[in-house]
Amino acid sequence: MYVPDFEYHAPKSVAEACAILAELGDRATVLAGGTDVLHKMKVGKLAPEHLVSLKHLDELREIREEPGRVVIGALASHNQIYNSRLLQRRYLSLSMAAHTMASNQICNLGTVGGNIVNGVPSADLPPILIALNASIRLTSAEGERTMPLEDFFHGSAQTRIKQGEILTEIVIPDQATTGSTYLKFGLRRSGALAVAAAAVSVQVAGDTLHGVRIVLASAAPTVLRVTGAERSLVGRRIDDDLLAEAGYLAAKASSPRDSIRGSAEYRRNLVEVLTKRALRKAIDEGHA
Amino acid sequence: MAQAITDKDGVKRYLITLNVNGDAHTVLVKGNAILTNVLREQLDLTGTKKGCELGDCGSCTVLLDGKPVDSCLVLAIEADGREITTIEGVAENGRLDAIQESMINHAAVQCGYCTPGMVLSAKALLTRNPNPSEQEVREAISGNLCRCTGYVHIVEAVLATAQGRLTPDDH
Repeated sequence: MYVPDFEYHAPKSVAEACAILAELGDRATVLAGGTDVLHKMKVGKLAPEHLVSLKHLDELREIREEPGRVVIGALASHNQIYNSRLLQRRYLSLSMAAHTMASNQICNLGTVGGNIVNGVPSADLPPILIALNASIRLTSAEGERTMPLEDFFHGSAQTRIKQGEILTEIVIPDQATTGSTYLKFGLRRSGALAVAAAAVSVQVAGDTLHGVRIVLASAAPTVLRVTGAERSLVGRRIDDDLLAEAGYLAAKASSPRDSIRGSAEYRRNLVEVLTKRALRKAIDEGHA
Repeated sequence: MAQAITDKDGVKRYLITLNVNGDAHTVLVKGNAILTNVLREQLDLTGTKKGCELGDCGSCTVLLDGKPVDSCLVLAIEADGREITTIEGVAENGRLDAIQESMINHAAVQCGYCTPGMVLSAKALLTRNPNPSEQEVREAISGNLCRCTGYVHIVEAVLATAQGRLTPDDH
């Protein structure tokens, strides 16, 4: 399979990468793990004049704990997230989401940053990261900005990254939540995109839900947070009927499409069931 | 950064070093050269197969710094200076690796096209986890598609290797 020719750059620092991107403008594409970019180049969906590889930016591969937060470098691979002792201890839900992502081979190459910047609604990491209230750091020659990951996506495969910007870090703030989980339904257990998926985080005190976030994948043109379903839960005593009602509201708020992976009707049904199950799991099992 | 050489027609190539199966090879590649093709065509290591070329089938699996990756989704220049193991590097001193012996004894090879990738995925698993469960074996090879559907024998062969049995139980 043919990969169109391009000019290759491999900057040694984030600053150098930003300078190159500022100079090249829309003629350049950033290369991280390559599992999306090279795939697109092979099938003729992308033919950049310049490819700017981030392979030397090892500082962006780190996953570390800081006071008040966990910081994940954008170049951390899916398997790094799956195998990270730190993330397994604190947010197993995120580690497991990275594990469900794709085959072992792809999980060794693909990066969390690529999964986010690609912007597709079936991506596995954005829903659970949004449920954990993560924010992202974007760096360009003009400086740095931070935004909630939730605000990053808009429209189908559209994100708010600006030309010349590199996603450098994902920041998960310390949680008031007591549990989180990501449940995905794919047509196979391995290497399949989500037909539908639900990520939730919950803050439980006694038998009451004090806070909740519900974020859906493959349920709308973009990653979708369903605040109506969330509101129906807050301040209420937990029981199965309440969780079923939230599942119903989440399904109602979703707007999935028909595709070869599943009909809209089927996906809506999946959303209802997955939301209910994810809430129960997060309530009972914590960040699992 | 790899040294760039521009020929008289203005085509730019890069001098990169690939450490393949313990040997350092210096090769001249264009920026868009894919690792699978460089291994097969420039280094004559044709054990690495080309299947879907889009990261779905796993027949092009190699170990990059010990980890299985689809070499069809890796630019050769991105692997500059890194350690690569192909199927040709699994046998040592002319002796097949235990996993290879076991796959032969378990008749875990049918058409053989997925086998190099299977062996490398299994090898990486057993290096990391010498006593995997059946579930772990199935997960480790889940990115390697076998269209002869010989998975049962393949899984048995890997489990038997881990248990130090290189021949099937019923023989």
